[in-house]
Amino acid sequence: MHRTRVRVVEEALDANNTIAAANRADFDRHEVTVINLMSAPGAGKTSLLERVLGDLDGVRVGVLEGDVQGSLDSERLARLHVPVVQLNTAKGFGGECHLDANMVRTAIPSLALAQLDLLIVENVGNLVCPAEFRIGEDRRVMVCSVTEGEDKPLKYPLMFRACELVLVNKIDLLPYLEFDLDKLLYHIDQVNPQACKLAVSARTGEGIEGWREWLLRAAGQPPAPGERPTQAAGRYAERQGRARVQA
Amino acid sequence: MHELSLATAIVNTAVRHAGGRRVRLVCLRVGALRQVVPDSLAFYFDLIARGTPCEGARLEQELVGARLRCRPCARAWEIELPAFRCPFCGGGQVEVAAGDEFLVESIEVEEDACIAPG
Repeated sequence: MHRTRVRVVEEALDANNTIAAANRADFDRHEVTVINLMSAPGAGKTSLLERVLGDLDGVRVGVLEGDVQGSLDSERLARLHVPVVQLNTAKGFGGECHLDANMVRTAIPSLALAQLDLLIVENVGNLVCPAEFRIGEDRRVMVCSVTEGEDKPLKYPLMFRACELVLVNKIDLLPYLEFDLDKLLYHIDQVNPQACKLAVSARTGEGIEGWREWLLRAAGQPPAPGERPTQAAGRYAERQGRARVQA
Repeated sequence: MHELSLATAIVNTAVRHAGGRRVRLVCLRVGALRQVVPDSLAFYFDLIARGTPCEGARLEQELVGARLRCRPCARAWEIELPAFRCPFCGGGQVEVAAGDEFLVESIEVEEDACIAPG
């Protein structure tokens, strides 16, 4: 019995990327902008969506909700009268900790793409695996809450580098925490100098307008100049001179 | 913790290229920026390989250091820590020259023992 060497030279995740490209083609055909929203568990993805989805200037938005188990988040978002499709990953190896392109592919028939301008995919709460798996999205956004610690960009650079927008959530808690926002913004800048950063609070609504505007721009429908309030998001941002809202 | 998903991707890639033959060795190139823990990846590889043509195969991991290049000033440097600003001009338009690969380079298969693909 002899051995033969077979040359492969293939990204191990190519199979996923091929399916992601097929998803992307489906989304493009229907002119739907797709956003992959990621974070650690409990950072506030669903709350930040609840804040903006009911009021997107006529942009037709839908949500694909990824969870290991259950449909609690879907129920919260369905109250806003936006179409929500639940995707549970529990069928996988003990419940996959991320969405991959194939899981999203299986959900596409349930999404009425022809009736959407914007699709937000709320990924499974996890700062590691979701960063590895493209699902056919146009943009990647992450939420990092101030209760998580300033060092998270250095510990999870893969995720922070994968995203073009970092929503720094729960800033209403800053007075109660020993948390250095400057340090977090500095660490984000170290790991991903090109990332946009918005400081927000899903609880008080501070900075939410900046998030809403970002979504409108992503969906290709920028708000009219008159309706563009100066966002509190920028307050920290402007003071730091670091954050910027992407045009 | 992403080693489980990555191990699954490696096994699937190797099996696809093995054409039904038993795989004895999988050679992988892993960039430092992929944040892979080699022992953890090897552990999950063994686990995921069970019941597939990769069962019992050895996973050889070649680690590749992270090397960045600044687009505006064209200089290149190596990094140990995740710092992606150019240390020379301070710019942020930095690209990864090496260190983000996760490549199955080659596999070694047994020619005679033909088994059904897993």
